[in-house]
Amino acid sequence: MYQDEELVFSCPQVVADRPTHYCPGCHHGVAHRLVGELLEEMGLVEKTIMVTAIGCSVFLYNYLLVDAVEAPHGRAPAVATGVKRAKPDKFVFTYQGDGDLASIGMAEIMHCANRGERVSVVFVNNTVYGMTGGQMAPTTLIGQKTTTCPGGRCAEREGMPIKMAEIIASLGGSAYVARTALNNVKNINKTKKCLRKAFEVQTSGLGFGFVEVLSACPTNWKMSAIKANERIANEMIPYFPLGVFKDATADVTGEAAGKGEEGK
Amino acid sequence: MSRIEIREDRCKGCLLCTTVCPKEIIKQADRFNQHGYKPAEVPAGDMKKCTGCASCATICPDVAITVYKTKKKAKKGASHG
Ligand SMILES: Cc1ncc(C[n+]2csc(CCOP(=O)(O)OP(=O)(O)O)c2C)c(N)n1
Ligand code: SF4
Ligand code: SF4
Repeated sequence: MYQDEELVFSCPQVVADRPTHYCPGCHHGVAHRLVGELLEEMGLVEKTIMVTAIGCSVFLYNYLLVDAVEAPHGRAPAVATGVKRAKPDKFVFTYQGDGDLASIGMAEIMHCANRGERVSVVFVNNTVYGMTGGQMAPTTLIGQKTTTCPGGRCAEREGMPIKMAEIIASLGGSAYVARTALNNVKNINKTKKCLRKAFEVQTSGLGFGFVEVLSACPTNWKMSAIKANERIANEMIPYFPLGVFKDATADVTGEAAGKGEEGK
Repeated sequence: MSRIEIREDRCKGCLLCTTVCPKEIIKQADRFNQHGYKPAEVPAGDMKKCTGCASCATICPDVAITVYKTKKKAKKGASHG
């Protein structure tokens, strides 16, 4: 480093210095970095117990250097409940995909949120089961082709894509619920702000925090990383509106009122 | 001069960084890295255009980019950061 310059961006230390197994352009890497930066900035690294899930991010414990428990598919919110209740002074978060959270793990996430457990949930919604080869998820968009709906998802046959953020916000126990995206620099920075809030409602003892992060899976969408980011703006955000759906820390005129009004 | 460093062995050639650079100085190299990806690079001579905005590093899924920004001349009484 030269004398007349300052370091303005580098990899957080809590993010392991090793290549990831993710595909080129996969947003899991961005989500990991944001979580890592926040754990460092909020002084939580030493007191974190992360509960990882099943999906492409199954090896998260190799990439974020914090204590971790690996939960069975979909069960991360139940495991996190146990961890937090046994060790209330720890910072506990789950990191789950949409196949994990909205399909096999639907019961666990609903009840965890409804009970208002003091945990935080990072929900990576990429509209497919990534790890197993791109099968349809509950979040797959109408018309989207996957290996298990090769003709495109059909509302009559498979129902409408599930909007998790709205559902979680409607439950009594949730304290902070937002939906963000990782498709451009502005939305990435906004995602970090929302994740910080979701973490803060836990550290301040307010309750359950949930951020749904619209993310790209270029491989199973069968498109380039650049096209995948465009798809988030053009197809995902119109159906899954960005915004803060619940914020127990804001007054009525505050940020919570901005629900669903975020642009692309 | 602000500048970026791209860790060639970490880059997967997704090209997302090339789309967000306001100066459009990031390009794909012709060579392959050890993983078989054609990495992003800034062609010789173009780095002086870098503003240190860190957009490329923010969007990089592989945290392959480090950003250095030219220090502003210290103003009297200005607080750090
Ligand atoms: C009990 C159980 N059922 C099924 C599987 C197979 N399986 C592994 S990952 C996965 C889907 C993961 O998709 P998602 O949560 O969307 O994460 P992504 O890979 O897209 O990040 C499934 C069904 C499993 N590991 N365990
Ligand atoms: S399959 Fe999809 S979710 Fe999995 S690493 Fe590749 S891009 Fe990411
Ligand atoms: S965003 Fe990162 S991984 Fe993708 S081409 Fe640029 S430096 Fe390489």
